[in-house]
Amino acid sequence: MTHADSEFLQRDRSIHPPAFTPDYKTSVLRSPRRAMLSLQSSLSEVTGPTFGHSELGPLDNDLILNYAREGEPIGERIFVHGHVRDENGRGIPHTLVEFWQANAGGRYRHRNDRYLAPIDPNFGGCGRTITDENGFYYFRTIKPGPYPWRNFLNSWRPAHIHFSVFGTGFAQRLITQMYFEGDPLIWRDPMVLGIPDRSAAERLIAPLDLGAAVPLDMLAYKFDIVLRGRQQTLFENKLQGN
Amino acid sequence: MVQPLPVRLQETPSQTAGPYVHIGLIPHQAGFDIFETNFSNVLTGPDTRGERIRIEGRVFDGAGSLVRDAFIEIWQANAAGRYNHPADRQEGKPLDEGFRGWGRTGSDFETGLWHFETVKPGPVDGRKGHRPMAPHINLWIAARGINIGLQTRLYFADETEANADDPVLNLVERGPLRDSLLAKREERDGKAVYVFDIHLQGPHETVFFDV
Ligand SMILES: [Fe+3]
Repeated sequence: MTHADSEFLQRDRSIHPPAFTPDYKTSVLRSPRRAMLSLQSSLSEVTGPTFGHSELGPLDNDLILNYAREGEPIGERIFVHGHVRDENGRGIPHTLVEFWQANAGGRYRHRNDRYLAPIDPNFGGCGRTITDENGFYYFRTIKPGPYPWRNFLNSWRPAHIHFSVFGTGFAQRLITQMYFEGDPLIWRDPMVLGIPDRSAAERLIAPLDLGAAVPLDMLAYKFDIVLRGRQQTLFENKLQGN
Repeated sequence: MVQPLPVRLQETPSQTAGPYVHIGLIPHQAGFDIFETNFSNVLTGPDTRGERIRIEGRVFDGAGSLVRDAFIEIWQANAAGRYNHPADRQEGKPLDEGFRGWGRTGSDFETGLWHFETVKPGPVDGRKGHRPMAPHINLWIAARGINIGLQTRLYFADETEANADDPVLNLVERGPLRDSLLAKREERDGKAVYVFDIHLQGPHETVFFDV
C-alpha cells in the first residue's frame, strides 16, 4: 500500500468559512443547516479524476496571450507561481489547477457581469495548468482590479484570483481565492472575514516575490496551496480492493 | 514537556466560487470560447460500456427559489463498478479506457436545470469489512453563496436491494433524509433519466457529507 491510497485526515473545518456567514448575504439562504454526515474514506473519496497534458493548449497558462486579439491586455503584468502540496508536505504532481479573474478594471468577461468598467478585448480572464512532478505550477496574467458587488451598499472585493484544484482524491477538491499582499480591501471583505481563523485567512494572501519577478517585464506573486493530507498509520486504514 | 510532534501543513481555506465560476471552469456558459478542449457534462464516448443514462436536477435555496448559478461536478465508477484511478485495484472489474468518470456543468441561467450524459455505475467495494456500496455518483456543488464545496451522493431509487445493503445509506435515517439521496427513474423517448434535485437548506435539505 502506498500513501496515495490511504484515507484522508478529517478536514479541519475551523480553518474554513462555515456555510452560514451572514455578512456574506448570499450565504444566508444557500447554507445547509443540518449537521453534515461524517464518512470515513471509501474508494469513492480516495479516487478522483486525472488529467493529461494533451488536454491543455500551449497558451492555457498564459492569460496575457490566451485571448489576445489585436494586442495584449491592459494592466500590470504579473507572474503567479507556487506549489500544490498536501498537509503531509508532499508536492502533488500532475494535478489540474484552474484560475479565473476580472480584468485590470475589475470586470469579468461574463454575460452576467454588468459592472461599468469596460471589457478588455484582449483579455479572457481564465487559464489552467497541470503541476509538474514536484507539485509546482505557474502562469502569467494581468493583475485583476477590485470590483464592487451587491452585498452592503458600498461593498468592494479586494483584487483576487479564483483557484480550483483537484489533488489525487475527490475529497481533496477545493475552490479558493488568492489575494494580493498589501491590498487595503482584504480585511474589509466578508468572504475573507468569514474564515474564523485569522492566520488561516492570511494564507490566502500571496506575497510579492521580487526574486521571481522578470526585470523590465513583470512582477511576481507566490501562492502555495495546501490540500488535505492522508493518514500516516500503516494499518487499520487499508481500503478494500487495494 | 513532551517531544514535539512534527508540524503538519494546514489546508488552504476554501472561498466561494462566486457568481462568475463559469468563466473559469465552463467558459462557454460565461459566453465565450477560449480553450481548444473543454471539459463538459458528457462523460460518455462512442466506446463507453454500460447503460446510457441522463441524470438531471435543479438546485434550490432555503426559500425554495431556484439556484440558477450553481456549478456541479460528478465523479463515478464505470459500468463495472471501477474508478478510473490508480488507487482502485478491485479485482475482476475491468477499466473502461473510454470513460474517465468525471464531468462538470452549471445550472441553466434560465431554467435552473443541470444534466449529465453518462452511464449507470456498477457497485463498488466498500471499506474493508463492509458491504459493497450500491451504485452511486459522487456530486460536488459550488456556487455563489456556498463557502465550501458541498459533497453528496446520488443513489438510484430503483436499486432497492443494493441500496438496502449500502453502508453509507444505512448511516442515514430512513425517510425523507435518505430519500434526499435517491434519484428517481423516468423513461423519456426510450431513454433512462434519473432526476435528482438538491436542496441546500430547508425542510427538504439534502444530506451532505463531510468526507
Ligand atoms: Fe471574483
